[in-house]
Parts: sequence; C-alpha cells; structure tokens
Amino acid sequence: MSLASVPPELPDPENPSATTGLVTTYDTDVVEREEAAEAAVAGTLPAGKPRSTFRRGLEVFVENKLALVGVGIFVFMLLFCFIGPLVYHTNQLQVNFGNEFISPGGAHPLGTDASGFDVLGRLMVAGQISLEVGIAAAALATILGVLWGAVAGYFGGVIDSVMMRIVDALLSIPVLFLAIVVVTLVTPTKPVLILVIALTSWLTTSRLVRGEALSLRTRDYVQAMKVMGGGSRRAVLRHIAPNAIGTIMVNATFQVADAIALIVALSYLGLGIRPPQQDWGGMLSDGIQYVNDGYWWLIFPAGLCIVLVIAAPIFIGEGLRDAVEVRLQRR
Amino acid sequence: MTVFLLRRLFQSVIVILLVTVLTFALLRAIPGNPAIAILGPNSFRNPGAIRLFDQQYGFDLPWYSQYWLWLRHLLTGNLGFSWKLNQSVASLLGTHLPKTIFLVGISTILALLLAVPVGVIQAVRRNKFVDHFFNGFSTVFYAMPAFLLGILLILVFAIKIPIFPPEGPQGEGLGVLFTNFNALILPIISLTLITLALFSRYMRSSVLDNLTEDYVRTAKAKGASERRVLIRHVLRNSLIPIATLLGLSLPGIIAGALITESVFNYPGMGYLFYQAALNSDYPILLGITIVVAVATVVGSLLADVAYAVLDPRVRYVSQ
Repeated sequence: MSLASVPPELPDPENPSATTGLVTTYDTDVVEREEAAEAAVAGTLPAGKPRSTFRRGLEVFVENKLALVGVGIFVFMLLFCFIGPLVYHTNQLQVNFGNEFISPGGAHPLGTDASGFDVLGRLMVAGQISLEVGIAAAALATILGVLWGAVAGYFGGVIDSVMMRIVDALLSIPVLFLAIVVVTLVTPTKPVLILVIALTSWLTTSRLVRGEALSLRTRDYVQAMKVMGGGSRRAVLRHIAPNAIGTIMVNATFQVADAIALIVALSYLGLGIRPPQQDWGGMLSDGIQYVNDGYWWLIFPAGLCIVLVIAAPIFIGEGLRDAVEVRLQRR
Repeated sequence: MTVFLLRRLFQSVIVILLVTVLTFALLRAIPGNPAIAILGPNSFRNPGAIRLFDQQYGFDLPWYSQYWLWLRHLLTGNLGFSWKLNQSVASLLGTHLPKTIFLVGISTILALLLAVPVGVIQAVRRNKFVDHFFNGFSTVFYAMPAFLLGILLILVFAIKIPIFPPEGPQGEGLGVLFTNFNALILPIISLTLITLALFSRYMRSSVLDNLTEDYVRTAKAKGASERRVLIRHVLRNSLIPIATLLGLSLPGIIAGALITESVFNYPGMGYLFYQAALNSDYPILLGITIVVAVATVVGSLLADVAYAVLDPRVRYVSQ
C-alpha cells in the first residue's frame, strides 16, 4: 500500500506531477501580479533581478507549515539516531536478563526490553538502520527509475513500449510479495535489503519520468542540442533528467516513506534485518508480543517513531509538490 | 475506441507473458532441488530416484522447454504442486482465495464509500479544520504499520472491551465467514482504515482539480446551486480517476491483506503466501504471484476501459 506506487494515471503527459496545490499557486501568483502592478503604477519597478524560480518555489514551500514540520521531524530523527548515541551512552551489545522489563524512569527513561536493553538507546541504534535503508533504497530506486524512464521517454517507439511493458509487468506484482520471495532466497543484511527495496520500487519513478521525458524531448533546447551534434546520452543525462527534477524530488520523498514502511513490514514478518541488529519494525514486532503484559514502552515509542518518520517525508513531498507547481507555471 | 481496446488488450497479454517469464526466472533462481524437496531430505542418497523424478516432471529438459511446459500447465490451470503441503497450488488457492476476495472486497467497498464523502468535504473545506483533521487522520493511518493497527484493534476491542474475538473466522469453507461474522469485523475495520487512508487522499486531490475546471464556473454562471454543481458536476467527474486508482491499487491492497491476515490469523491467500515463504514452499509463492499479477493486469485493463467509457473527453485514438 503506497502513495508513490499508485499515481492517479490521468492522461496528461505534460504535467504528471500535478494533482494538488493548484489553488495555492494561483493565489500567490495573483498576489504577486497585483504587487507588480502596484509597483508599476507607482513607477517603482522592483529593483534587482527577478526572483529565480528556485526562490519562488522555496517561498511556497516555506509557507506550507506542514512541510516545515515534516522537515523538522525528519532532521530531528536524523539527529536523534546518529548524534543521540554519542550523547546518550547505552549498552546495546550485551544481553542483560537481570534488567529485563524495567518500567520507564530513573536510569532508563523509556525502560528496558525483554533482553534488558535500554529502550531509548535501542530506538537510536535501530533508527539508524531504518533511516539508512530507507534513504539509500529511495536514492537508488530514484536513480534507476529516472534513467529507465528518461531513456524510454526520450527514445519513444519500440524501445519505449518494451521498457514500459516490463515496468507494467513488475508493477502488477505486489512489492511486498516480490520482496518476500527475494528475502527468502538471500540472507537479509543491510545492503541486501537496500538493493531489494530499490529494485522493487523504482517502477513508479520511471513511469512519472517517462511522462515528463515524452514532452521534454520535443522542446526546442533538446532539439537545438541535437542539431548541434549532441548524442542521446547527453540529451538524457544533461537535459531530460535535470528538467524533470521537480517530479523526481517529489517522488523521491514518497519513496523514502514507502521504503521505511516496507522494511517495517518485512521485519514484522520475520524477514527483515537479522538479530543482533534491529530496526524499528523489529522492535515494534518484538514489543507487541507483550501487548497483554502492559509493557506499553515496548510498543508506543517504536510505533510513534515509525509513524513520524513515514509521515514526515509525506508532508515534505506535498510541500515540494506545491513548490514545483510554481516552476511548472513558469514554463 | 475499438482500436484502443484491441491495443490495450494486446498490451495486457504481453504484460502477462512478461510476468510469467519473470516468475519462471525467479523459480529457476531458487536454490535447492525440487526433487529433494518433494522426495524428502534423505533422497539425495538415491540418485536414481532423483533422476527418475527429474525425467517424469521434465526437470532434465533445457530451460526453454521447461518454460514452455510450465506455460502450458499454467494455461490449463495447473499452478504447480506444493513442496510441503502435499496439495496442488490450485486446490490450495481454491480454499484460500475466496476468503481473501471476501475480506478485500468488503473492505475496499467500505473504504470507497467512506473516501468519497471524506474527500469531497476535504476539498470543499480546503485548509479548514475538517480538511486538516482528515488529512492528519489519513496520514496517521497511512504511516502506521498495518500490523500495529491490527494489534491495537485487538487490544482495545477484543481484550480491554471484549466485543469481538481477537481472531478471524477459523475453519474450512466460506460458510464460517457468515456463521462467525463477528470475528470478521476487526479484520475488516483494519483493512478498511488502511485503504481509506489511501483513497481519501486521491479523492481530495481529484475533487480539488475538478473545482478549478472551466465547467464549474460555467455551471455556476448559469445559476446552478453550489450543491448541484458539487454533486452533479464535480463529484461525477472526480469519480473517474478513482476507477483507475482501484485497478492500480489492487497489489497494494492485497499486500495490506497479507499483513492483516497474518495478524488476525485469517486463513486467506496472504496468510498462505506468508506461511509458504516461511517454509520455502516456492510453488505456492509463485502460483499466488501469478494469480495476483494477472488479476492486477486485468483490473487495470478494466479500469482503462471504464475510463474510456466514463470520460468522453479521453481520446485514445491518437495514441
């Protein structure tokens, strides 16, 4: 179940990323036009060079409070997981059964788990795995998807048909199913998980980028470059991919959310990262075994971390989408 | 229109063929020997028996002949034979698939019935409290792991306040679903909430897109009431992309069903798949994968056809 994997497939290759935020951008546009008109009437045209599309995009993004909250949460999670252990020292290597199931408070702000590990410290270490796998898998999937989609869209014709039918075939199999089959074949270590998730989630990115590439390849600057003797390689890497950057970035944020959700699901099924390493999903699925014992601190902290770390990229992605619309309007 | 349909049908056939190639490649990538898996772990002492098995089932043939044989079996409904359960995959699916269809069907319909009004209200009251409330709601349920939701439902409605049983209906056949419907309620709520979180987002953006269309202004200019514009014009047009969404989100819903089924110990297809994964019972894994993939391809084909029928603006001829 994923946002990134189910794009509303409207037949609109011009602008596949456009779904929400239309009204926002209209609003700001109107305001800006009015300001410009007032300035013109007063005879004081805005000084300096006009604001870049990036600046305008950034302004729209910053106006979106949820997006800022998303950035805040994500940065906090990164600091918590990677800087936290440097400040808050806990023993996460040796099992200590004398210390199991201590309630939160005192030396253990969030208590201890079934093996006597400090839960707060464990959250930090486990979060490193969730975040590393999530971000790396999303980055890899994005690169793969962009190249695949840009090549298919740029060349069109038979190449496009063949490449997109392959994507359709892979898309028709649930990512979770594919991941489960692969994980039963190979021992799930961190690099393996990154690869598995990346290889199963680049498909939507490639579809979106293909849509962009189909319209970008007919633009004058691409045609001009070809007339000047530039190759297809240059067209794809230097012109098609960079111009689809808005769509790509929005999609990449959703990819991060989906990748983290996927490792959580795999961990619950016992097919995720193997002990002694653990991710948040592993902590949570261990914790819910004690759901009847009232050990809430084994469930809610990990659950909250997962919900926050998946929600944050979604907020960011939605803010980015609004910002990208501004760019699209200028085209 | 006919050209479009034929073209789309041809594409679907190609995609299904590709799925079979992919699945077959996975089948061959799997370590271990089917002969040993079926004849038992001690059979490696008896190479004659293994050779006989390989000959009987065509495992001594080159890979393309094996693929052809496998494909012919698929066409006749032979999905393979479980390595561990001593049953054909087709008969296992016969008992498990209807249960999943029942669960997924009810939850999807409920989710859709709820998502439409929620999405419309959100779009109309954009950036108001109601919008933020449902936005938060759908984000939380989207971000919450499906198994956590299931466990929390069990904790609250089966243990703290014991209204519903903590497990899905057990036993053979579809009859238990009706005789023990109470047990089905928590799994349905769980899957509905997850699906609703996804659908209401799309419904919201679909309505928002349509609210800015010219025909809305025209209708208002002609004096149609807000209510009429919303229901007769915007809602009807906003529902069209939902047809596509339904077709495309089938794999996602089925993946959600896998988790929900294993939380509630509900003997559906997802549960079967998960148990097969734990037992390395590959014929089941691949049989189910094929069935789900074909269902998805057919689903998105139907969605596209529905799209073309529902939306006269869509011109597929030029493609």
